[in-house]
Amino acid sequence: MTKRKAVLEVKNLQTSFFTDDGVIPSVDYVDFEVREGEILGIVGESGSGKSVTSLSVMGLIPSPPGKITSGEILYNGTDISKYNDKKMRSIRGNEIAMIFQEPMTSLNPLFTIGSQMKEAVLLHKKGWSKKQAHARAVEMLKLVGLPRAEELMKDYPHQLSGGMRQRVMIAMALVCDPKVLIADEPTTALDVTIQAQILKLMKDLNTRLNTAIILITHDLGVVAETCERVVVMYAGKVVEEGPVEKIFTNPEHPYTKGLLASVPDMRFKKQSLYSIPGNVPKPGSIKEGCRFAARCSEVFGRCTVESPPLYQTAAEHKTRCFLYDTEEVANHDRAIVES
Amino acid sequence: MVNYIGRRLLQLIPVLLGMTFVVFMIIRAIPGDPAQVILGQLASKEAVEALRAKLGLDNPWYIQYFEYLGGLLQGDLGESLRTKQPVAEEVWPYLAATFELAFFAILIAVIIGVNAGIISAWFQNSWFDYTAMVLALVGVSMPIFWLGLMEQWIFAIELGWFPTSGREDVRNPISAQSGFYILDTIMQGRFDQLGQVLRHLVLPGIALATIPMAIIARMTRSSMLEVMRSDYIRTARAKGQKMFWVVYKHALKNAVIPVLTVIGLQMGLLLGGAILTETIFSWPGIGRYVYEAIQFRDYPVIQSGILIIAFIFVMINLIVDILYGLIDPRIKYD
Repeated sequence: MTKRKAVLEVKNLQTSFFTDDGVIPSVDYVDFEVREGEILGIVGESGSGKSVTSLSVMGLIPSPPGKITSGEILYNGTDISKYNDKKMRSIRGNEIAMIFQEPMTSLNPLFTIGSQMKEAVLLHKKGWSKKQAHARAVEMLKLVGLPRAEELMKDYPHQLSGGMRQRVMIAMALVCDPKVLIADEPTTALDVTIQAQILKLMKDLNTRLNTAIILITHDLGVVAETCERVVVMYAGKVVEEGPVEKIFTNPEHPYTKGLLASVPDMRFKKQSLYSIPGNVPKPGSIKEGCRFAARCSEVFGRCTVESPPLYQTAAEHKTRCFLYDTEEVANHDRAIVES
Repeated sequence: MVNYIGRRLLQLIPVLLGMTFVVFMIIRAIPGDPAQVILGQLASKEAVEALRAKLGLDNPWYIQYFEYLGGLLQGDLGESLRTKQPVAEEVWPYLAATFELAFFAILIAVIIGVNAGIISAWFQNSWFDYTAMVLALVGVSMPIFWLGLMEQWIFAIELGWFPTSGREDVRNPISAQSGFYILDTIMQGRFDQLGQVLRHLVLPGIALATIPMAIIARMTRSSMLEVMRSDYIRTARAKGQKMFWVVYKHALKNAVIPVLTVIGLQMGLLLGGAILTETIFSWPGIGRYVYEAIQFRDYPVIQSGILIIAFIFVMINLIVDILYGLIDPRIKYD
């Protein structure tokens, strides 16, 4: 498969929160790209900066106290992080759309599904009549597999189940045919069976509409099922990036290994569940060294002093760990030979 | 919806009955004989007896109550002891004067209060927010009579922009039809008089609007702040909607219910007559009408006045309840 063109590139992104306790960089020099029509997974625990990254892309960081302090967000080669509010609004919902974790509260309870769907259309499709917007909204509701779409337009959100509301959210996000859809934990609040349906729907829409999807999740199962490439985040940094098969069969970073080891295995019943010792450090609390050092099983001297860069370990695979520093590996081997 | 309104109106019957009973009993509970009080200490026994018979006070209380109720049902509020006029006819101009002033005041309070609250919440912790909230605090704690006097001193006496008191220019009297002077002057095409009417409304209107405005602003701000944190606000922004519409459409509709409650309560208070403001500005309203009746122990007037004010309160509450349902589809009527 040939490498597709990147539609969204996040370069050196740093988003900080200016609080009374000082400046806290929640997202610290993050790099990744999303290619046309692919599904990219961003995985990490709570507090790893996945949501802040996605809100930065949308220009929706609550400001104050948040601010993008460095880096670029390139959409089709143009840096949208410097856009003013008016220009950014023409991107939001039109070029890059987003759906959220809580379908129960993400729709305005006092407006009908129809009015909220049409609002999204009319904001970006200048010159469209209300009738056209209505038709487009109904078409999208049908596309996401909602029955009796026409009547649904007149319903209020409280008349719908969680799964249906998330379908409405997806329909609303895709109504202007965006190139990128950011889905921030879209299935976390749903039942397992509904989760599977929503994921299948997203994958289906991805192939049909060729919309690139950034799927943000803490659930590795979701990633394995849906994504083509994965970015693993830890404490505001990307620690590993690669194709999904490689990450799952041959994880490199000790954190990724730990994450995979913590997934329950159905085959061994009585085994106690593995968990990575310790907790995610508070953003900004680690000033030097690798942020995972305190919890890492393979930590050595250099890890606590120096911050590791991302090492390219294979064509599409990068890891932020000194174990993949070629010089380090040579030193290590020499040490073994000498002893 | 129509069903609901019908049912609520039916529910009003016991409430109103209860109200009439309470009002009736309160008047009877005043120590002493009303006839004696009316005629004074020196009145002869015969005169008192005659008045008791005339007022129906020689009947047992339940007969009196049912006679009173019977009268009410026919729109008979009794006769003023002072002017010997039927209260039902006499009260209307006063009521109209109060309505006009109260609506004017609540209009100012809502327009300024709601917007100040919204902008304060939108730009939380900005200089606007701080200034508005300090002013609101000053507003709620301001004694109305003092504010009224200051207004008269500065804007009427020193600057001469507005008249000090009254509803109309006595040299150019308005021929009242509905009793609402704004309406009357417009209907009659007397726009010179309309200007007069509006000028007379400004100072008492502002005095009366100050406290409700401050309360509404504070309530709007806190309600908006809560709503602005909601997920659906983020959704609306993620769609690419302008912040102005996110705030004034998506957020405001969700934040408005507690604000509406406060507006309803304040409106009830204003319509019940603001005795202080009406006295300071010599406004011929219901508050002053009842106040003067109390001084004269004009029981039928006091009784009717209280009843009318209570009735207005109940109706406003009903309207607010109906509005809740129109705004929020989750509020069920059955």
